[in-house]
Amino acid sequence: MPQTAARRALRAAAVIASTAVASVFAVTPGLAADPIRIGSVVSATGPASFLGDPEQKTLKLYVEALNKKGGLMGRPVELVLYDDGGDANKARTFATRLVEDDKVVAMVGGTTTGTTMAMIPVFEDAKIPFVSLAGAIEIVEPVRAFVFKTPHTDKTACQKIFEDMKSRGITKVGMISGTDGFGKSMRAQCMKVVGDYGITVAAEESYGPTDADMTPQLNKIKNTAGLQAVLNPGFGQGPAIVTRNYAQLGITLPLYQSHGVASKSFIELAGPAAEGVRLPAPALLIADKLAENDPQKKVVMEYKKSYESATGQPVSTFGGYGFDGIQILVQAIERAKSTEPRKIRDAIESTKGYVGATGLYTMSPKDHLGLGTESFRMLEIKGGDWVPTETK
Amino acid sequence: MLKRVLSSRLAVLVLLAAIIAVVPVLAPSSFYLRVAALVWIFALAALGLTILTGYAGQVSLGHAGFLGIGAYAVAVGPAKLGLDPLLSLLLGAVLCGLVAYAVGRPILRLKGYYLAIATLGFGLIVALVLTSESAVTGGPDGMQVPRMVLFGWRVSGVSTWYWITGGALLVGALLALNIQASPSGRALRALHDSEVAAAGVGVDVAKKKLAAFVLSAVFAGVAGSLLALMNGFITPDAAGFMHSIELVAMVIIGGLGSVVGAVVGAAFLVVLPQALTVLQEYEQAVLGLLIMVFMILLPAGIVPSLRRLLLERAA
Amino acid sequence: MSIVDARHKAGHDEAEGAAPGKVMAEFLQLVFSGLTVGAVYALVALGFTLVYNASDVINFAQGDFVMIGGMGTVFLMAAGLALPVAAFIAILAAVLVGLLLHRLAIEPARGASPVSLIMITIGASIFIKGVAQLVFDKQFHSLPAFSGTTPIAIGGATLLPQSFWVIGGMLVLVLGLWVFLERTLIGKAVLATAANRLAAKLVGINVTVVLALAFGLSAAIGAVGGILVTPITLTRYDVGTLFALKGFAAAMVGGMGNPIGAVVGGLLIGLLEAFGAGYLSSTYKDAVAFVAILVVLLLMPQGLFGRRAVERV
Repeated sequence: MPQTAARRALRAAAVIASTAVASVFAVTPGLAADPIRIGSVVSATGPASFLGDPEQKTLKLYVEALNKKGGLMGRPVELVLYDDGGDANKARTFATRLVEDDKVVAMVGGTTTGTTMAMIPVFEDAKIPFVSLAGAIEIVEPVRAFVFKTPHTDKTACQKIFEDMKSRGITKVGMISGTDGFGKSMRAQCMKVVGDYGITVAAEESYGPTDADMTPQLNKIKNTAGLQAVLNPGFGQGPAIVTRNYAQLGITLPLYQSHGVASKSFIELAGPAAEGVRLPAPALLIADKLAENDPQKKVVMEYKKSYESATGQPVSTFGGYGFDGIQILVQAIERAKSTEPRKIRDAIESTKGYVGATGLYTMSPKDHLGLGTESFRMLEIKGGDWVPTETK
Repeated sequence: MLKRVLSSRLAVLVLLAAIIAVVPVLAPSSFYLRVAALVWIFALAALGLTILTGYAGQVSLGHAGFLGIGAYAVAVGPAKLGLDPLLSLLLGAVLCGLVAYAVGRPILRLKGYYLAIATLGFGLIVALVLTSESAVTGGPDGMQVPRMVLFGWRVSGVSTWYWITGGALLVGALLALNIQASPSGRALRALHDSEVAAAGVGVDVAKKKLAAFVLSAVFAGVAGSLLALMNGFITPDAAGFMHSIELVAMVIIGGLGSVVGAVVGAAFLVVLPQALTVLQEYEQAVLGLLIMVFMILLPAGIVPSLRRLLLERAA
Repeated sequence: MSIVDARHKAGHDEAEGAAPGKVMAEFLQLVFSGLTVGAVYALVALGFTLVYNASDVINFAQGDFVMIGGMGTVFLMAAGLALPVAAFIAILAAVLVGLLLHRLAIEPARGASPVSLIMITIGASIFIKGVAQLVFDKQFHSLPAFSGTTPIAIGGATLLPQSFWVIGGMLVLVLGLWVFLERTLIGKAVLATAANRLAAKLVGINVTVVLALAFGLSAAIGAVGGILVTPITLTRYDVGTLFALKGFAAAMVGGMGNPIGAVVGGLLIGLLEAFGAGYLSSTYKDAVAFVAILVVLLLMPQGLFGRRAVERV
């Protein structure tokens, strides 16, 4: 009977699956040469995988390359990596696992502000350094002894955008933001600083993280009289759809996107509608256009080449955050000449003039980010490519 | 007859208590205690669904909404209203009950899949409110939950929470078992088999359904409060659609209507992802595959199917 | 932003005195937006309906067929195939997945309760997403619009040519399905099975084949929807969850088991979302849609077109 055959096959599959799980479990501990264990929890799947996926790939590639070069202080580095799926509760569990079970010496990860905030108490209690890859300023303000981060804050992105608007004489704008963590946080920061530039937000709309059509919202913005530009804080597919709908509705006002779209895939997704869109982004996106004497040129070209050849995908701002996170950590371990978490922490805090993919970092006991506004460059999309609007 | 029922209820409780007592002895690190505590918390929420779905035969695809209400009660209460966390937990449970009453009254008239979509809508709206009203809830990035202080003692630490959640599960299990054996429980199960027949023998169908819905909401709310207090941080995805599905999945995989089944189902879905991390990017595919294989081989759920198998062997 | 704020703002806009033409144009714009998105919901709901009628099962992997159609076409085109060829192969792939799902997961569990079967389809949905992120990737992708991206102006509103493809494609599929069910022998067997499984068996209909057919057809319909809409809404390995959720809601509001109900339900939800976002609050537009669904169900507990008694879960 085919019926019973199918059943038997399934039962066999179940047995194989469970023994596979069991055997893999049995082999994990006890690797040779006493590796240095670095932990990571990222949102490689789920709604924030647009951010977490490039971070995960970058971390893996970096550690692979590091071990090929002989590791760190003559010891191999083992990256213990977990995927929290964007779930703060899961992230917290994995953080506990890294500390209690995997005994990592430091951690790079935390894709979203929510997962990062959920994990912070675990690392603070265990006194293990945690370099976060999430955006919000609350992560490092107030300063927590063991928590650092590499991404730009939303506030600096807002300031960069409003500076550019001001220089173009724009005073009245519309805003359409995503209701995901990234969009809401950046919207809040922008609303805080917008007044400093003499700009008013005269129309405001939002869209959900999985929305597929934003013409209703944009139509309302279109019908608001007197607007001179529109700003769209958001990440993922949302901004690409906003940009297309914007063109469909025939809105001709300048459109500003955020660093949340900063990957070549945005231009591909938004298509010709992306022409003329402006956004603040790190040097990484215009690696090949940087001047030869630009301090970041060498770093970003190397990262870009290795990432793009290994994954076949364009580099993004978010992968860059991961690159800087692990690099700052590895350099700190080298400087500390120790894998003692407290000494690593002290070394991270003394990071000075580190040249990364995102910008130049100089940390201090008061500043656990150490990145200035100058790390952002204002770009415009022209002919399907990024073009810097200012010469540095 | 009565003696047998009582002894089996006692047996379930003793079994649960024994497991709760033994895990800390076997756990190599406090990470395992945390995972176990999560199992107890989600099992508590699943027990609510055991009453609603297993006993009364009503489906809810929005119970994470109540989990979210309970969780945010202990976050918002102390942080914004200056309430004591323990009082907030109780108020959260009451709030869940009231919301369930208000929502349940109209929608419990719907049947089967229609009730499923109505509860799904409820859960979605709760998640949307928690995400959108940033001024109160902190928005999608979530908010801190103040530590609970009991008589001057700051409740923290994994092992403390392990015992609190384990105790809560035992109390929940006791409640669920008593309901199952009570006249109300029999009325509920009559409902499960046939509403018309139940009404025919004098069961107030609407009232019983509503009672089961309110009770299940309180279970989920308390579980949510415990989760938020233990983590010290909460995000709106606790109330998300995927978590509602997860709660239902726990009850079905463990075995519909079985108290032990709810615990086994919760353990399945909390522990398995931790065990599957070694598979890296294959994790999701294997998790889906395992759910399918278990449901095909044990279609009545793990606990009832195994019980049947054992009985067949014995016979 | 609360609903009250948004209402206040909307009122404010009107107070500023838009010309009647402008009001009409805005209305039309919302209708276009709602119909385009709603057409895809309708196709997913149609898939739910087909499988439900043949088996009483809600197939939660239905949304993932939409993803397979879209992602499959994207990757086959990237491999150098022309759009029609890539689309055709992607549809075949979705059908194959649908048939395998039936053969390897639903058929072996025959006799299990509907809840258990639904759980199997949820497991299948997780499995398909898990495999898709390995076979494809985790990035968003788009397809080129079939006939350009020059917006068409109608009554002051604008519409992309692709929207015609989506709405037209939906209508053609619905018509084709109707002809198939009403005019062919095997289609009639599907209908007979839906009406009464035991009676269908007695008159010699192979119920297993009918069920396989329902799974295959629903997969094809989902995949076509995915291919048509990807140029507008983009796609990723996990878009299926959203489509399953909205499609399920559409099928229920229309009345589970009724194909016309599925189509009307899908378009209705699309329109509700668009009007909710346009006239009330963009933050709470999903809530607006669901509250409306609740109202419909409370007034008509079997949905708009539902007649059959629904099996209890």
